[in-house]
Amino acid sequence: MKLTLKIWRQKGPEEKGKIVTYPIDNIDGDMSFLEMMDVLNVELVKKGESPVAFDHDCREGICGSCSMYIDGEAHGPDRGVTTCQLHMRKFKDGDTIYIEPWRAKAFPIIKDLVVDRSSFDRIMNAGGYISVNTSGNTIDANATPIPKEDADKAFEAATCIGCGACVASCKNASAMLFVSAKVSQLALLPQGQVEAKDRVLKMVEAMDEEGFGNCTNTGACEVECPKGISLENIARMNREYLKAMVKK
Amino acid sequence: MSKSALLKSSLAKKYWMALTGLFLCTFLVGHLLGNLQLAFDAGEDGRKAFNEYAYFMAHNPMIKILSYLTYISILFHTIDGILLTIKNKKSRPIGYAKNNANANSSSSSRNMALLGSLILIFIVTHMANFWYKAKISSESFPLHIIKIDVKDQMGQSQNIDLYHTKTSPIPKTDDIVVKNKTELYDKMANVKIAEGYKDLHSLVFAFFGQDKSKYGFPKNEQALFYTLFYVLSMCVLCFHLWHGFASAFQTVGVNHSSYNTIIKSTGKLFAILIPLGFAIIPLMIFLNQI
Amino acid sequence: MPILNSKIPEGSIDKKWSNHKSKIRLVNPANKRLIDVIVVGSGLAGGAASASLAELGYNVKTFCFQDSPRRAHSIAAQGGINAAKNYQGDGDSVYRLFYDTIKGGDYRSREANVHRLAEVSANIIDQCVAQGVPFAREYGGLLDNRSFGGVLVSRTFYAKGQTGQQLLLGAYSAMSRQIGKGKIKMYSRHEMLDLVIVDGKARGIIARNLVTGEIQKHSAHAVVLGSGGYGNVFFLSTNAMGSNVTAAWKTHIKGAFFSNPCFTQIHPTCIPVSGDHQSKLTLMSESLRNDGRIWVPKNMEDVLAIREGKLKPTEISAENRDYYLERRYPSFGNLVPRDVASRAAKERCDAGYGVNKTGEAVYLDFASAIERYGKEKAQVLNIDNPSEEEILSLGRKVIETKYGNLFQMYYKIVDDDPYYTPMQIYPAVHYTMGGLWVDYNLMSTIPGCFVAGEANFSDHGANRLGASALMQGLADGYFVLPYTIGDYLADDIRTGPISTDLPEFEKTANEVSENISKLMNIKGSKPVDYFHKRLGKVMWNNVGMARNAEGLNAAIDEIKIIREEFYDDVRIPGDANELNPELEKALRVADLIDLGQLMAIDALNRSESCGGHFREESQTEEGEALRDDENFTYVSAWEYTGDPSKPNHHKEDLVYENIKLVQRSYK
Repeated sequence: MKLTLKIWRQKGPEEKGKIVTYPIDNIDGDMSFLEMMDVLNVELVKKGESPVAFDHDCREGICGSCSMYIDGEAHGPDRGVTTCQLHMRKFKDGDTIYIEPWRAKAFPIIKDLVVDRSSFDRIMNAGGYISVNTSGNTIDANATPIPKEDADKAFEAATCIGCGACVASCKNASAMLFVSAKVSQLALLPQGQVEAKDRVLKMVEAMDEEGFGNCTNTGACEVECPKGISLENIARMNREYLKAMVKK
Repeated sequence: MSKSALLKSSLAKKYWMALTGLFLCTFLVGHLLGNLQLAFDAGEDGRKAFNEYAYFMAHNPMIKILSYLTYISILFHTIDGILLTIKNKKSRPIGYAKNNANANSSSSSRNMALLGSLILIFIVTHMANFWYKAKISSESFPLHIIKIDVKDQMGQSQNIDLYHTKTSPIPKTDDIVVKNKTELYDKMANVKIAEGYKDLHSLVFAFFGQDKSKYGFPKNEQALFYTLFYVLSMCVLCFHLWHGFASAFQTVGVNHSSYNTIIKSTGKLFAILIPLGFAIIPLMIFLNQI
Repeated sequence: MPILNSKIPEGSIDKKWSNHKSKIRLVNPANKRLIDVIVVGSGLAGGAASASLAELGYNVKTFCFQDSPRRAHSIAAQGGINAAKNYQGDGDSVYRLFYDTIKGGDYRSREANVHRLAEVSANIIDQCVAQGVPFAREYGGLLDNRSFGGVLVSRTFYAKGQTGQQLLLGAYSAMSRQIGKGKIKMYSRHEMLDLVIVDGKARGIIARNLVTGEIQKHSAHAVVLGSGGYGNVFFLSTNAMGSNVTAAWKTHIKGAFFSNPCFTQIHPTCIPVSGDHQSKLTLMSESLRNDGRIWVPKNMEDVLAIREGKLKPTEISAENRDYYLERRYPSFGNLVPRDVASRAAKERCDAGYGVNKTGEAVYLDFASAIERYGKEKAQVLNIDNPSEEEILSLGRKVIETKYGNLFQMYYKIVDDDPYYTPMQIYPAVHYTMGGLWVDYNLMSTIPGCFVAGEANFSDHGANRLGASALMQGLADGYFVLPYTIGDYLADDIRTGPISTDLPEFEKTANEVSENISKLMNIKGSKPVDYFHKRLGKVMWNNVGMARNAEGLNAAIDEIKIIREEFYDDVRIPGDANELNPELEKALRVADLIDLGQLMAIDALNRSESCGGHFREESQTEEGEALRDDENFTYVSAWEYTGDPSKPNHHKEDLVYENIKLVQRSYK
């Protein structure tokens, strides 16, 4: 397969970036998108050019490191996958592919396609936890039965990998899917309900401070989320916040 | 926290958008039901009924409260929308070179601000043409005149103009003067003898191209333009509601697999039926004159 | 020469840990505020240790090379976590978990450590549930369990195929809480490049800020390594691309002994290699073996027809299939331990029965499970005389609820629908049992340097059982280290802050900088990956699933050459003072090369077969691994001498007081 890549290159956070065009050949359909990037980088290194920097780690769709806006979509045109699981068979010989970093004020670019997502961590630090100490001296795990339906819903929300595709694809660069996934997970479990009100207020406040935009319910995040996190979670967060605001 | 959160937090802003939006939806229903009578040219009876309805709407205290709520809602919805849009634009200072947004969202959902602005332009025009003329403008506003033919003793037919009032029609003579736009006074005694009706019906009909000069409303020469403008604006409203209706429910936290289909289909039905109803009015009036 | 003292407490095995806990010294809360601890790595071990130590009151600095602590590779663990809860009432107990782990590890682990692990396992589940980890539940609302390879009870707790993710996010949330409180200072995108030793004690690290390239000096009263395993020495493994041995290796160079480096776990159920471009391998959870049956065709002509695409696996009748695990191990069948399953697959493929183009793949077939579940479901739903198609579709739904995400992952990677055609799998490097030597307190041979999780060697012997890695990482981090580190730190309450201006910091930082500029200035012609791939090939062929003296000697020589060429011809573009992934890789690969050599040396030394270490010279007539307890019931601990090819060999003899050593049998 022969392709034309149009990749955002930016040397550093303060530098000006631009789209640079790279032709690439001998791409196999069984390659993952990142393996295709590896091929490009090996060529660039051989030519003495600087390779394209991009975040990646586990390459099996769970760590949430990879973050490319491919052909106008977060993680590319396939559904339910991260960039590392996107395979080149989804493209055709001769295609031109745009590769850009996540774009959001709260995700400043570090280099090329690498962005700083520490804003997500700061939101979690504000309240994305249950305040239980780690001594293990808690009640027995089976002391509180949890309805399977709630446990399953909590699990589904908890599968968020924090990759930031929701922010990247939202026209408002809103982080509500991410925040609501954590709020929902903990609100659905009895253990998390004790501090549910405080949690949602603090996390939303932190989210606002980071400069994320607002949700206008376009639903783009849900479609592009590699883990299929549901918009239902945002509605739940809206409810939780309303409850917290009224009762606080 | 709650006080500032009520206004400042991103979520609170969303609630306001949703609640004012949903309130405006109820307004749309009321506004349409009342005005739909204009779509059917029921002659004098229709004119009478409409002007009486309009009088009722203008004078009922409950309706008054609702109308103020509507104005506030429009204002809030607009200001909040602008604030949110500014914040949202700031959240992504540099856009994508290639963005395939159609793959993940509907264009109406992405263009609520644009659609809203167009609707705002429409509302301003609409109010300038009707509300301003009828309520604010200092010029005296033509009252509902009933024209009847009476045969005089000579058997000659004679046109007589009567004021349609809440009580019984009063002949339009030089003895009667109009004060405060609708109050009919006996000129000599300077006593209010009746309350007239503004002829809003003829205003509307003339605006959309029918000749009502006999009631003081000459035919609007730009009726074709306005009719098209109204129809197009209703298309815009349709797109705004297409996303906005269900979106408001999501924002206030109503999202449950058992109701979602109902909410979404109701929203879509609403988005089609309400603007369609509104669009029929100018269209029918305009077409009837041809 | 230091003598290895494992410091195993006195007393009977089930009392050792509780006695030890009540006897070791504690640091009072006011003094904990005066003590700094560095934790390297934010996975289950590092993350849990960071959270717990901060919770206790220590000032913690945590380092990870990823952009967020939540991305550590523990996140990729799929199947589950063991705990001796006996919720299923199927005869599980602390002793049985202890016994299974020792036996699974082929009698090469330390009894006391393993028993402690089994003891605290139940607490882990309590702890995680309290943190909001959404484990799978039954309809009654209680926790569900599944069964895993090498054991006869259901003791594995799980969250679909994302157990590692859920547990890691639990630890991450505990960390987040402490970061929010200011008790943990988090250094993301920072990589430890050396350990600083002051007066014989670990007192800090040198780290590189991966964004700016800045070389930083960080001091503490103790250093905890939770830096994971070294499977990436094979280039292709299920490890994350960034997983590396540098922190552990530099610590080894500074004096910590490296134990059993040759003990590598080859996981039987991975997606086979598809081509030369492959950058990593993807694991399919071992839990799939609960329902999947592994087979290859019985007849060579069928194999050839399949490879040519003339025959589909579904067209081969049952009698023409060789369910070789069920054939060889009737009692455990498809649920034999990982090392056994892996070698059996290799045996079939070496015999020519591999079912893909490369000849290195076997089938993992769910057809019988789909049919079985379908029939059960039809009965539950009261469907009379269900059609074949109805049964299969019901069965597929059951399979989907159990393994949906794994099936989807397979489908996305291979583009072949495993609901309709058997998966292809092949063994791949997955976990490394070896690691830095630690005593019972998890302290390495360097005072003040503790090692937890996969980075240490202690609990899994020569082979790790499924769902035990998560258990060990969390046990070390949450429940062991926070106690044992106090015993060491009790001496440091009057030390005061450690200054980074000490000459030792200066010297080590300079060494790191020099090493970086040395690499940057080679300016050769080949990218780092070229060397990494070559190293990986040597390791896989000679130090992989089956090893022999000849191959190991060849590997040692070959690695020497790779090493020389690497330092002669590697090309690292860009600058050291910027985000430079190629430089990061080069630093990691340089250490992996040296480690690879040590692995071969260790494998050569251990001329017995045990667990994941299979020496062809030492096997039974049936081709099963043959242990040599008389000569090898010890832990190898290698001391760095300055020449990576000539390490000093130390031994810690393993004493089995509670379990009788027998030849493992899963037949």
